[in-house]
Amino acid sequence: MIALLLRDLRLAVRAGGGFGLSLAFFLIVTVLVPFGVGPEGGTLARIAPGILWVGALLACLLSLDRIYALDFEDGSLDLLATAPIPMEAVVSVKALAHWLTTGLPLVLAAPVFGVLLHLPGPAYFWLVISLAVGTPALSVLGAFGAALTVGLKRGGLLLSLLVLPLYVPTLIFGAELIARGSAGGATATPLLMLAGITAATVALVPFAAAAAIRVNLR
Amino acid sequence: MAALLAIEALAVARGGIAILERVEFSLSAGQALVLRGPNGCGKTTLLRTIAGLQPPLAGRIEAAPDAIAYAAHADGLKATLSVSENLQFWAAVYGQSNRVASALAEMNLEALAQRAAMSLSAGQKRRLGLARLLVTGRPVWVLDEPTISLDAASVALFANALRAHLALGGAALIATHIDIGLAEAVTLDLTPLKARAPQDGGASGGFDEAFA
Amino acid sequence: MSIWEYANPKKFMQTSAWALPWFTGLAAITLVTGLVWGFFFTPEAANFGTTVKIIYIHVPSAMMAINIWVMMLVTSLIWLIRRHHVSALAAKAAAPVGLVMTLIALFTGAIWGQPMWGTWWEWDPRLTSFLILGLFYLGYIALWQAIDNPDTAADLTGVLCLVGSVFALLSRYAVNFWNQGLHQGASLSVDKQENVSDVYWYPLLFCIAGFILLFIVLVLVRTRTEVRSRRLKALEARERLA
Repeated sequence: MIALLLRDLRLAVRAGGGFGLSLAFFLIVTVLVPFGVGPEGGTLARIAPGILWVGALLACLLSLDRIYALDFEDGSLDLLATAPIPMEAVVSVKALAHWLTTGLPLVLAAPVFGVLLHLPGPAYFWLVISLAVGTPALSVLGAFGAALTVGLKRGGLLLSLLVLPLYVPTLIFGAELIARGSAGGATATPLLMLAGITAATVALVPFAAAAAIRVNLR
Repeated sequence: MAALLAIEALAVARGGIAILERVEFSLSAGQALVLRGPNGCGKTTLLRTIAGLQPPLAGRIEAAPDAIAYAAHADGLKATLSVSENLQFWAAVYGQSNRVASALAEMNLEALAQRAAMSLSAGQKRRLGLARLLVTGRPVWVLDEPTISLDAASVALFANALRAHLALGGAALIATHIDIGLAEAVTLDLTPLKARAPQDGGASGGFDEAFA
Repeated sequence: MSIWEYANPKKFMQTSAWALPWFTGLAAITLVTGLVWGFFFTPEAANFGTTVKIIYIHVPSAMMAINIWVMMLVTSLIWLIRRHHVSALAAKAAAPVGLVMTLIALFTGAIWGQPMWGTWWEWDPRLTSFLILGLFYLGYIALWQAIDNPDTAADLTGVLCLVGSVFALLSRYAVNFWNQGLHQGASLSVDKQENVSDVYWYPLLFCIAGFILLFIVLVLVRTRTEVRSRRLKALEARERLA
């Protein structure tokens, strides 16, 4: 399993797209928003948490179809399915690799992008916390959506349609956590809900994703 | 001697339609079975079913858990990884990291070990794909057209590896069109095992059957 | 004799062929009764005016939008556990009906909301969760469309329905938490006196029954079509084999 994780990370680094592209996309979204809503600092500060979350979510979505597509095309997925690693573990490891190459860089870069949007001072802490707690769920749910569409030729658009509704609870609690945190409100409820969703997703959704992959391979 | 792999009254389906039925054979240590039949007769489907990638329509497949190593048409190589990295990955997956060096030597890949897989020729990729079998440490090899894109010398190399595997108590099930020069292999022709229509007493259970 | 024998396609076709005219007639009678009674023979509410009469479409369609998803969840589970083909086809047949019910609920809600709240759309928890439900329906239908092999499609949509149900429910609570909203509470509850008075209540019951019957009719017709198309494929496959 560690070998699989290392292989996926190594592939992401060598292919070049892994770390860079999602981050660049996140940056562009962040830059485009002020052009759309105007440069006025107060407005930007107010919508910054939402923009950062939606941007992170879209950046995450962008790289989802690559989770299994390459392995499916070159036959590795068949071979992995017959290897002594349970498919649930393969899914979990691939989701982890996706998070390490996409989610984690987004978490680390988000404060920098927050500056561009005049994010108020106390919000930075909660921005990092909420993204760090929430993005693993995005990767695992994405791995589930990618598992559903792995055999399809034009799965990209369908994948977004399937995955985005699943992101709604995470997005709501994530953005709410930042908004409450920066306003000095009670943060326990959204934080616990966000952590609960992530924990349950990470624990349970790989089973559904593994089932979907097995169906797709047969 | 107990069979490593026993197939009883197996029926397999492709796209929901039964294509082979009444498949019966068993493989003991040291035995090799070559499957023959025209294109589309169901060789790949049969091998995928035996490898556990799809459920059989009927019948039984008996094999020890973790006995089967499957090699498909596609080699599952990563273009950006080097030859030895590719092999090391699979060895680690099967917990057999100590076999990498010998597998490279056996398939004559030592000189290429540091090359990226994308720079290999088709035949070299195939050899690397077959070297993967050597690092699985599993007794029953299930091979789908293993000699595709191999030249005569490489086929001989592969036949040697296969013989060594059989001599060590392994077994092999091979779907192929060409003669791999393995004298002791038994041949099974799949043509007479083509599934009959259900109304003629053929295997039922294809997913549209219930509606006909 | 068990209920599962109706999962046999032949038995299903026989039974549904017999039941369909009855359900169609019943649906027509209840719907016409409920709607005519509701539209023309109920007084106008003091605080709502004539607009209140839209509840005879709004409330039943909203109920059906949720109930159809629950029905799809149950039939998907039956397919995943017991592998009855008709069950999977019934889920497939129900999804577009559910989507249309969701849309009807949203549109009638918008038409009603305009004079009541002065806005066509409000990011109210109820409205928002219906929108999200509509997205789930869309994804489910799109996945059925995208996959060629019918068994694979049935399996994958079944899994999606399971996971989707959990997240649809979760979204409902998340949305509640996110915005407290201005939609009135449920029109129907055990303690009905609190919500709707008898004059409106009885025709509404008729309308709800009518919508349920209409749904049954639509699902039966659509499932029969699906069964027939599968039968066609099976016969073609058999001919190719012979």
